[in-house]
Amino acid sequence: MADAATAVIEVRDVHYAASGRPIFAGLDMVVRRGRITAIMGPSGSGKTTLLRLVTGQVNADRGSVSVFGHDMATLDREQLYAVRRRMGMLFQNGALLTDLDVFENVAFPVREHTDLSESLLARLVWMKLQAVGLRGAARLMPTELSGGMARRVALARAIVMDPQLLIYDEPFVGLDPISMGVVLRLIKRMNDALGITSIVVSHDVQELATIADDSYLMAGGRMTASGSPRQLADSSEPAVHQFMTGGEEGPVLFHYPAPDYVGQLLGTPE
Amino acid sequence: MSAAGNGPLVSGLRRAGSTALFLLQVLAQCLPALARPRQLAMQIYNTGARSLVIIMMSGLFVGMVLGLQGYDLLHRFGSEVVLGQAVALGLLKELGPVITALLFAGRAGTALTSEIGLMRATDQLTAMEIMAVDPLRVVVAPRFLGGVIAMPLLTAIFSVVGLFGGQLVGVQQMGLDGGVFWSQMQGAVDLHDVAEGIWKSLAFGAACSLIAVHEGFTAEPTAAGVGLATTRTVVASSVLILLLDYVLTALFI
Ligand SMILES: Nc1ncnc2c1ncn2[C@@H]1O[C@H](COP(=O)(O)OP(=O)(O)OP(=O)(O)O)[C@@H](O)[C@H]1O
Ligand SMILES: [Mg+2]
Repeated sequence: MADAATAVIEVRDVHYAASGRPIFAGLDMVVRRGRITAIMGPSGSGKTTLLRLVTGQVNADRGSVSVFGHDMATLDREQLYAVRRRMGMLFQNGALLTDLDVFENVAFPVREHTDLSESLLARLVWMKLQAVGLRGAARLMPTELSGGMARRVALARAIVMDPQLLIYDEPFVGLDPISMGVVLRLIKRMNDALGITSIVVSHDVQELATIADDSYLMAGGRMTASGSPRQLADSSEPAVHQFMTGGEEGPVLFHYPAPDYVGQLLGTPE
Repeated sequence: MSAAGNGPLVSGLRRAGSTALFLLQVLAQCLPALARPRQLAMQIYNTGARSLVIIMMSGLFVGMVLGLQGYDLLHRFGSEVVLGQAVALGLLKELGPVITALLFAGRAGTALTSEIGLMRATDQLTAMEIMAVDPLRVVVAPRFLGGVIAMPLLTAIFSVVGLFGGQLVGVQQMGLDGGVFWSQMQGAVDLHDVAEGIWKSLAFGAACSLIAVHEGFTAEPTAAGVGLATTRTVVASSVLILLLDYVLTALFI
């Protein structure tokens, strides 16, 4: 509770199970205002699920998740929408609306939430599209975009309402080095210039290290390490070291829990 | 274990209950949807105009068959002159609304289900939720209303084309007098019969659209889940249409 004043998100001792399978057991995390917080962890460790908790799509079984000082579990629909209006989220696959073109996709939240005149709205959308370098693609439909382009459009859409908190789920996957650099700098710039708080979920340890202020490493349903990217990289703890260097051998299991391999190959009934 | 998934009756009842609850939620969002005429018109176009060709072709053939069968039947009693009346009543009260609704379920209903189901599967509905935009208001309500409005229009077109088809067979092929055909029809069909058709088509429109959007909205977010939901739309719609048809007919007679 030390930095309640600067904490935008506080996750306290969260336990959560999906379809009876425990995913979190005692998860703690604090995201501080105006900083870029990286969340790293092996595939399937629950990073996307954590974002679902933070955005109020699901509620924790135990423990609390508070965002902007609101306990997400206690909010009714109106209040939840009010909190969500202050955040923007970039989905793992973009999640663009397929029946609208690029321009209208970016304009969508503005049209829904404001009564801006058509010329003001257009100016706003052009600015955001320019920021992600896709002003020329404004009239393309989502199906005509590559995966990386779709992600950049989704980013423009996520920032068009000037949110205070931006959440990125795997923003770098499938981006070429140029776009990746652009997105990295964009995250950094919005964070610095506009004071937006950012959460970035990613496996790209090296890239993240260049922009993140704080980082968390997740495994086995909890945060196994936290600190600056530097501290994590220098950590001698086996699990952290294994993840940061990408080794298969170590305390973090690459394999999803399975019956004995040789036994299964030889067809022994389980 | 709880009662989860216990037999087809229980799961069917559960589904019916969840559909009814969904109806209330959608109805609450219909007023805001009415306030956006452009979106609504778009959905009426999507569900209505795209079903036009199949509706008109089916209407023509159904009318022609009615003409043939009706002529054959009435001829045995020597009363071919009332063919116009028979075709008109059959189409307006019964075949028009029912067949239009069945075609609607197969053409527009499945399209609605798979469209909304795919939006679910590709996180579009979730993305709206995170943008604090209610997908029930933006996606579901306009499509539901569009279907409810399109159905009576399609039914009217079906019936009119059907009458033309009946006339084609009765007058052009079988040689009935055109004047007798139309005047018989005009004399025998009153407003009550037309109203029956309109009420039926409104009820079918609401039922088909509701099932279609509900199946899509609750589809499992996978390719197989969307396929299954689409199938369920056709099956549930068809059964409900015939059931409702019996109930409404009993009410009107
Ligand atoms: N609805 C669900 N029912 C059951 N298990 C689920 C459900 N959703 C997620 N899981 C499980 O929760 C775990 C975490 O999933 P999640 O999508 O959060 O992982 P992730 O860290 O985002 O992985 P990735 O890096 O591959 O995106 C996985 O093991 C997954 O099998
Ligand atoms: Mg994920």
